Amino acid sequence: MRIQYPENIKIIGVPCTGKVDVLHLLRAFEKGADGVYVVGCLEGDCRFNSGNLRARKRVEQAQHILESIGVGGERVQMYNLSSGEGPRFAEIAVEMTEKIRKMGPNPIKISKEKNGCMI
Amino acid sequence: MDERKAAYIEYAQAVPLAFAIDPDTCIGCGLCEAMCLAKAINYDDTERRTTLSVGALILSPGSQGFDPSGLELLGYGRFSNVVTSEEFERILSASGPYRGHLMRPLDREGPRRIAWIQCVGSRDVNLCGNGYCSSVCCMYAIKEAMIAKEHSHGELDCTVFNIDMRTFGKDYEKYYQRAKDKSGVRFVKSRIHTIDEVRETGDLSIEYVDEGGELKRETFNMVVLSVGLRIPDSLLDLARRLGVEVNKYKFAATHPFSPVSTSRPGIFVSGVFQGPKDIPTSVTEASAAACAAATVLAEARGRDAKSIEMPVEIDVAEEEPRIGVFVCNCGINIGGVVDVPAVAEYAATLPNVVFTDQNLFTCSQDTQDKIKEVIKEKNLNRVVVASCSPRTHEQMFQETLQACGLNKYLFEMANIRNHNSWVHGNDPETATNKAKDLVRMAVARANLLKPLKEKRIPINRRGLVIGGGIAGMNAALGLADQGFEAVIVEKEAQLGGLARELTTTIEGEDIQAYLYELIEKVNQHKMIQVLTESLIVGFTGFKGNFTTEILVGPRMYERKIQHGVVIVATGANEYKPKEYLYGQDPRVMTQIELGKRLEVKGASDLKRVVMIQCVGSRNEENPNCSRVCCQSAVKNALHIKELNPDAEVYILYRDIRTYGLLEDYFTEARRKGVAFFRYHVDNPPVVESAREGVIVTFKDHLLQRDLQVPADLLALSSGMVPEDTEELASILKLPRNEEGYFIEAHVKLRPVDLANEGIFLCGTAHSPKLISETISQALAAASRATTFLSQPEIVLSAVTANVDQDRCAACLICVRACPYDVPRVNEKGASEIDEALCHGCGICAAECPAKAIQLNWYEDEQVLSKVEALLEGVL
Repeated sequence: MRIQYPENIKIIGVPCTGKVDVLHLLRAFEKGADGVYVVGCLEGDCRFNSGNLRARKRVEQAQHILESIGVGGERVQMYNLSSGEGPRFAEIAVEMTEKIRKMGPNPIKISKEKNGCMI
Repeated sequence: MDERKAAYIEYAQAVPLAFAIDPDTCIGCGLCEAMCLAKAINYDDTERRTTLSVGALILSPGSQGFDPSGLELLGYGRFSNVVTSEEFERILSASGPYRGHLMRPLDREGPRRIAWIQCVGSRDVNLCGNGYCSSVCCMYAIKEAMIAKEHSHGELDCTVFNIDMRTFGKDYEKYYQRAKDKSGVRFVKSRIHTIDEVRETGDLSIEYVDEGGELKRETFNMVVLSVGLRIPDSLLDLARRLGVEVNKYKFAATHPFSPVSTSRPGIFVSGVFQGPKDIPTSVTEASAAACAAATVLAEARGRDAKSIEMPVEIDVAEEEPRIGVFVCNCGINIGGVVDVPAVAEYAATLPNVVFTDQNLFTCSQDTQDKIKEVIKEKNLNRVVVASCSPRTHEQMFQETLQACGLNKYLFEMANIRNHNSWVHGNDPETATNKAKDLVRMAVARANLLKPLKEKRIPINRRGLVIGGGIAGMNAALGLADQGFEAVIVEKEAQLGGLARELTTTIEGEDIQAYLYELIEKVNQHKMIQVLTESLIVGFTGFKGNFTTEILVGPRMYERKIQHGVVIVATGANEYKPKEYLYGQDPRVMTQIELGKRLEVKGASDLKRVVMIQCVGSRNEENPNCSRVCCQSAVKNALHIKELNPDAEVYILYRDIRTYGLLEDYFTEARRKGVAFFRYHVDNPPVVESAREGVIVTFKDHLLQRDLQVPADLLALSSGMVPEDTEELASILKLPRNEEGYFIEAHVKLRPVDLANEGIFLCGTAHSPKLISETISQALAAASRATTFLSQPEIVLSAVTANVDQDRCAACLICVRACPYDVPRVNEKGASEIDEALCHGCGICAAECPAKAIQLNWYEDEQVLSKVEALLEGVL
């Protein structure tokens, strides 16, 4: 479909969102990412039964930590998509980029450079 | 619906996913031929004749949707807002003409009211000659209505006009009920003959007679014609050339006891050409046809197979990484946007990169040969390809590494096409920068990759079949006829299962004669062992190497059987009704009992017979449709009429579900005077016992009043209930649904596999079905099993979880987190993960609080290296 979406999204592949660790999410912010989101299968459609549900919990946990240390919990998000939803994928990329733009750069960061990261 | 360009891809999921040229649109300018860097376009290509020598043939030519242009009163082709269901699928599709936005064709307005008209080109002898039911339209209409509601921005009113709703497949009835009760889809019992257009608005007006006989008119913004399946004439020609007989509707003629064999030996059939059917049944039947063909070809198995010799693996574990980066132009797909030479140059500056190159097409054979030479020449021990998606190309590149003696896990891909040049095409500079980022991330991970060893395990070539009914016996024969040993475990003293109670099929075939022959075949077969009065009490191992403990015979002596696969064929029984005086009045019986009674006593003493449908089905206790009971009722009704034409037969039904070619028998029953009355679920018939007969009271909707019929005999079309498999399911750890049927791994893609690898499913243990369908499914299960058993050994993916035994605190979090119950705490008090059972999702690794678990190839360090490489220099 080749639908255009913002280039500041970089994808890191994992076998299942269930593999995404809170530590992975936090490390990204520690290193200066402005936002991170996890894209898993639709709920109820996880190839490994429950990986995406666990990922959602971990994202919530990361949100909680980021909120309490003043980075902003909204900077990390969980989305669920099927592989047939290209347009929605691009929509999310735009949505997330706009959200993070509004929030401004990661306070941890000293320099002004912007980066997004998606798992 | 949209205009097609001259060079097009048929649809997003097409295999192969390649462009084709539409000769009707192409003007032959030759521009594409000149532009194509891969020289893939050949204008002078002509039709070629090739001769193949084969031992068997499988016909799966599919069907066409019915073209409603000829049914003028429906207005298709005249009114823009009347579309076929196929066109409506395209409207809903993200890759369709409106990009998934729900709009009507005339003015691209979002409709507020849509009507579906069922049975267009099906169940219609008068207008189109298709007397059969197409089997799939009821379900897809519900699905389309549900999706349309999801896609609609405002309220959307969906109405499905139908004669009967035929949601007879596994769990389909639940979907229908959900559409009706939860999503508010309206179902109206009426056959629509005429659609009129409202000139000013483009809306459509439908006049219909409702169930009470009242004439009504409603207006809709859009109408979808649920078109049926039909066999195109071109297939008739193919069948003629192959010498394969077809029936009056042009479907391939088959016998109910050999459902995938055509009239010509060695030629098999699957899919809609065999008869109208849905995707799960088609997929199942395809496997069944493969089994039938493989049986003919058993002797020749593997004869023409060629194997590739792989060199011995070089040990690079101790070496410093020496990384080669190959950046692909993908013609102009990447090179047209991204500055590929700059990316290659940049890659050369990254740590441990000793070689970089750029290629026009990295995946082409000559580039593969070039990569092989470079690996050897430069002693590369890690390879990064920056090109397209690992989903399509990873395996191919890994094979290139293996051909040079490099471990296939020393490979990494950066997707600079799908994730970059395709989606940032209008900004070459940022796309080039992003490509560099992606390459840097890939190189960072490549630096940390370790060679991984894939475990190879020999396979025990014996199959265990649980259940000795028609399904189990056919599955066992499917294995044995292909040269694999089979052991049937049957809990009863005799083989046969529920079929022992049945008389004839609706086509009139003798089930007992078939069963006798089948049992003989099984008993005589050298490769089949039958254990009767046997009970499974223990089960261990994994795919390819299972051990089952069985208590055998009246003496219950214990046997242990080693086997590589399991086929579950535990079957189902007829529901014993609690309703309608069953068991209290001897004149009330089930359809199976009636079938036997007609066989033994005939019908000369029967003046009036009443049948009640959906007894023990489609209710709260068992929400599903039992699929077979409508045809059982019609079969017995026809039998009564044949034995005693003066006997009156009344069938009280909710929806008559004589799907596919069974519809002909329903038509015949009505022609012979069998009377059908619809009853509503909230107003079921009332049955009383009296001396003169069983008095059945029910409401006639046309007359709008109660009718009372004294019957000599009341037959209850009681549903199916699965065999009690609670204990078996817990021993084998098999998933079952609420009703007790086993759950397949995937409804459409893996309809006879269980999620547990090496275990397959068939027959009524899966869901209620006819004998012909059971035989198909049994052959399909055998086919899936032999596909696995015919490998010399299994190669397990090395992407599995590993526990560092020293760091494990045995907190049991992994044991609870694993979706497949794989982690076990061993005698040393640490968690242990069997790599043969691990699916490689990594959930346990992420959950482990001590970080004692790592997922191979996705170790935390490897994943984080990408995060860190991406954010390098940001702080």
